[in-house]
Amino acid sequence: MKPLPALFLLLASLAGHAETPQQIGQIYATEAAARQAGFTPSAKRGEAFFRQRFGHNDKMPACTSCHTDSPLNTGQHAVTGKSIRPLAIATNGERFSDPAKVEKWFGRNCKEVVGRACTAGEKADFAAYMSEVR
Amino acid sequence: MKLVALPLLLGIALPALADRLPLPADTPASYTAECGSCHLAYPPALLAAGDWQRLMAGLNEHFGTDAAVDGKKGAEIKTFLERHAGNAAKLGSAGEPPRISTTARFVRKHREVPTQLWRDPRVKSAANCEACHRGAGDGRYSEHDSALPELKR
Repeated sequence: MKPLPALFLLLASLAGHAETPQQIGQIYATEAAARQAGFTPSAKRGEAFFRQRFGHNDKMPACTSCHTDSPLNTGQHAVTGKSIRPLAIATNGERFSDPAKVEKWFGRNCKEVVGRACTAGEKADFAAYMSEVR
Repeated sequence: MKLVALPLLLGIALPALADRLPLPADTPASYTAECGSCHLAYPPALLAAGDWQRLMAGLNEHFGTDAAVDGKKGAEIKTFLERHAGNAAKLGSAGEPPRISTTARFVRKHREVPTQLWRDPRVKSAANCEACHRGAGDGRYSEHDSALPELKR
């Protein structure tokens, strides 16, 4: 029964509609719960992940390499120097509103910084932290 | 009077025109979204068609990053870049892998920029046009509007 809401949300997202950060977080949380019974997203775990030094990439060992120590801040690309708008919903309301865009950047940045694909649970935690951080 | 004024006006207007490199009106949204997230969505005229082709063919290893774009978007971006590419003879070689900042045109235009300024934390890289050309996002590259006080003139 559990995969059904996830499938519904995924289909809704594929139609290209704008979503709320809560809805996007819920897509990942539902997927994570399907694999790990009782999973609930944790902003605290999301923050720990944001600050973790993965060390996979010399130029960008952690999320903070480009996004600074606070997701509320404007970041700067560690290689190109380009300004990056804040990750936190509190200071950038456009974040976590387009599921395809969110999935694209988790895909690219997890591979590049973490060195592997992120799990649905890590994505749900990350989204929770970005929604809640003030 | 008019005969004298015209070349004079052209002399003033032409350098200003050369500083204007806005993105073409038919720039696809995929170009600004896919290419303009990590660096400025560069004006296609800054590289020759052959260089854009080689660059697009190697996106999975794009200056140390996997910047691969899916098929349909990639084809759209490649066609757009080829259509508006610059003149290879005027730009000069972009090297391998092709870099805008390697072309003779870029080097000549930036010959007055001190070497240490390229490494400045505010700049980080020659890829960061907006560090100095604050209007670059709108296609304005005038040297008279530098964001860095050291380059004010």
